[in-house]
Amino acid sequence: MSFLTIAKASKSYGATTVVRDFDLAVGKGEFISFLGPSGCGKTTVLRMIAGFETPSAGHISIDSRDVTLTAPNRRRIGMVFQAYALFPNMTVAENVAFGLKVAGADRATIEARVKDMLALIHLEHLAERYPYQMSGGQQQRVALARALAPKPQVLLLDEPLSALDAKIRVSLREEIRAIQKQLGITTVFVTHDQEEALSISDRIVVMNGGRADQIGTPFEIYNRPATRFVASFVGTLNLIDVTVADPAAGTVKIGEQIVTLKEVLAASSGETVTLALRPESGSILDGARGDTALTGEVVSSNFLGSVVRTRMRVGESLISFDMFNSPGFAPPALGERVTLRFSAADLLVLRD
Amino acid sequence: MTVADDLLNPPSQGGSARSAPAGLPGAKAPRRANWAWLGLLPFALFAAFFLILPIVYLVTGAFQTPEGTFTFDNLIALTGPAILGSYWLSIKLSLVSALLGAAAGLLLSWALVLGGLPRWVRGAFITFSGVASNFAGIPLAFAFIATIGRLGIVTVLVRELFGFNIYGAGFNLFSFWGLALTYLYFQLPLMVLIITPALDGLKTEWREAAESLGASHAQYWRMVALPVLSPSILGCFLLLFANAFGTLATVYALTGSQFDVVPIMLFAQIRGNVLYNPNLGYALALGMILIAGLSNVLYLVLRSRAERWRA
Amino acid sequence: MKISRIVSLVIVLIAASYFLVPLYATFQFSLQMLRGQWSFQAYRSVFADPNFLSTLSYSAVTSLVAILISTLIVVPTTYWVRLKMPRVKPVVEFITLLPLIIPPIVIVFGYLRLYGSDSLLPLTVSSAGTNLMLVIGYATLSLPYVFRSVDNGMQTLDIRTLTEAAESLGANRSTIIFRVILPNLRAAIVSGAFLTFSISFGEFVFASLLNRPAFGPYLVQIGQDRAYEPAALAVLSFALTWACMVLMQIFANAKPGASRRRRGAAFNPLARRKTA
Repeated sequence: MSFLTIAKASKSYGATTVVRDFDLAVGKGEFISFLGPSGCGKTTVLRMIAGFETPSAGHISIDSRDVTLTAPNRRRIGMVFQAYALFPNMTVAENVAFGLKVAGADRATIEARVKDMLALIHLEHLAERYPYQMSGGQQQRVALARALAPKPQVLLLDEPLSALDAKIRVSLREEIRAIQKQLGITTVFVTHDQEEALSISDRIVVMNGGRADQIGTPFEIYNRPATRFVASFVGTLNLIDVTVADPAAGTVKIGEQIVTLKEVLAASSGETVTLALRPESGSILDGARGDTALTGEVVSSNFLGSVVRTRMRVGESLISFDMFNSPGFAPPALGERVTLRFSAADLLVLRD
Repeated sequence: MTVADDLLNPPSQGGSARSAPAGLPGAKAPRRANWAWLGLLPFALFAAFFLILPIVYLVTGAFQTPEGTFTFDNLIALTGPAILGSYWLSIKLSLVSALLGAAAGLLLSWALVLGGLPRWVRGAFITFSGVASNFAGIPLAFAFIATIGRLGIVTVLVRELFGFNIYGAGFNLFSFWGLALTYLYFQLPLMVLIITPALDGLKTEWREAAESLGASHAQYWRMVALPVLSPSILGCFLLLFANAFGTLATVYALTGSQFDVVPIMLFAQIRGNVLYNPNLGYALALGMILIAGLSNVLYLVLRSRAERWRA
Repeated sequence: MKISRIVSLVIVLIAASYFLVPLYATFQFSLQMLRGQWSFQAYRSVFADPNFLSTLSYSAVTSLVAILISTLIVVPTTYWVRLKMPRVKPVVEFITLLPLIIPPIVIVFGYLRLYGSDSLLPLTVSSAGTNLMLVIGYATLSLPYVFRSVDNGMQTLDIRTLTEAAESLGANRSTIIFRVILPNLRAAIVSGAFLTFSISFGEFVFASLLNRPAFGPYLVQIGQDRAYEPAALAVLSFALTWACMVLMQIFANAKPGASRRRRGAAFNPLARRKTA
């Protein structure tokens, strides 16, 4: 039974359609991320759930109540914005109390709830501070507490981590996820950062050009991307154009080398198809396992800290692969010929 | 510093100037400092001779007899009914015109910034406001006489079309409310010019955050927008007050010396139309300086209370 | 949504009529000098008056000299303060803003007493001295506007970096000021100049108390003696103010850097600078 339902929602501004036929059912307590590049319509969908935009067509319901035309202040949603949007004229405690105050809660209730919320985000000691006196990470935690204080039905997070430093971004996203699980609140999270989406969500909606390209768990999205767009947007991916040798046997040619796929190809012999391979799928180390091998010439090798990313040329294609760094490991030299071993099952045939 | 200072000078700017590196430290530093002060000399001299000293001269003169001995008589004379009445009239007129200007200007700015009207409307009003806020003084008085003077176009039109004589109904351009209406012509645009950027500074997210938390429009304005705007509104109000308080030409062109607001009274004193006592004149001027100063102090006090939340 | 739009439309219409009706009425009034017909008789009468042209040119000259004085004082000072003494900037700013707070009549009263016939420096005794007092007074009144305009200009220019760049290329001080800083500041200076002009041009208090044959006192005189000419003069004055502002806008937008400012900013030396 879904808690938040979006049915055939579209949004157009004049001739431009930014969201088309968007369908989504979110279960109670689920954490859903909208992932996509800027302009893909993810924020527009979020704002339609919040009520700041009215869908041009379609319906939105929360807890079996149609809210498509309900004003934002009657939807019982909590929203966290990219730029914190704390009220600058109020202290932390006053900010958190705001939703309860406008709802007409009595003083004791407000005080108790504010205390709970500040404890939840571990900022009890900053209750009397003003927003300008706090760091971005602290402000965003307060914004989260403020959104949660009136016990909303749905929590909406609009790129809440984008304005923060890398380190705080990681710690805060873990904190958000922990609080979300603790409260069991249905949450929609908008981001353009795939790592963020993969690490935090129950399910991810990958959006492209106003549509949902794929909806699935992070594992599915990453390992079984449905479209070329999803494959290229989520994670780093080698895209390899190959020539079909024998469709029935699943063999293809990369340059002069033959690779046998685990599936039957729909294309005919001589046609070009695109394969995808994750850089972490293979290894060039001696004794690496894998039923498939490709040999090529190293054209670049970059030390990225925990991993070494190497690029080799096979026929016309460039293939990158990552290997964990270790003190005993010497990165391959430029021009060296290396053999990459991997499992043919990791090769995805992409449809567009 | 002053109302004007703050309005014209957002905090971030002052900060950037101050945080600039102040020259290289080293052996040459003291000599450089001496040179640096010399560069300020022309300005310092000009300001001293034509701004500071004249004011100081008047202030000290207010505490002296014509023979030069110290006295409080001039200040005591200020409390005479005529002068006190004149101050009260000036304060009332300035308050009313500043209140009208601030309220109307805020409404107009709101309509221009947040009213969802086409962009060019805003551009047109801002441009016009730039002109109108400088269209004060005598030509403005003439324009209002031609409009709603006894024979003004609008006065005549209303009488002919509706058979309604606005002067018969108690309106008079050459009265308190007539002056207030005339002042509005430069006060309103001045308010629009200063408050529009402040309204631009209201973030859309604040309204959306408030709405998502269940607040109505009215609650948002009462609890967030107006408190955030209040230092700016307060500052503008006091600037409008000072603007009206010092206005002379418009009143003079409308009413001659009949309507004795303080500047008119001082004008008459200087012209020698009234029994001339320069030291009483100094006291009148001192009163005006004090009111300007007091309104600034008041502004600072109120602002510090309204603005605890600002860095 | 819709309601707020209707409300703002009503507000804007009321404001527009408040602003425009007096202008139109004045114009119509100025055409009614001859009974029963529209004519430009009032304008002809104004232009035929020798005092009109003489006071007008007197005021134009004094305004121009005032612009010269305030520019000569403000530009080097602002440059110097920004470059060498950023710490005194608040003080300079405070002083330049005083004329907005202290009523003009107080300032001119101070001049009259401080430089009167029995003072050490009796400027107001001679005609030349009084003229000097008048232009100095106008320069003082214009300080807030000129300073604001020039300071904004230097802010967008980042004159410190410009100066250092020029120095590193081997330019000496006068080259820097005349070849680098001033050309780039022209828009800001011209903006301040037009504002000064529109303020001092029809100014009444200083001119009247210093007893100068300026346009402001002439206007008052006409206002007392005539019926239709004042309306014509009001129309002409408004046109002149408008021309000043439009020219200012054109100059302000003619330069790179200045064009980035929000539309209308040039009209508005009092506006907060964008803090973004």
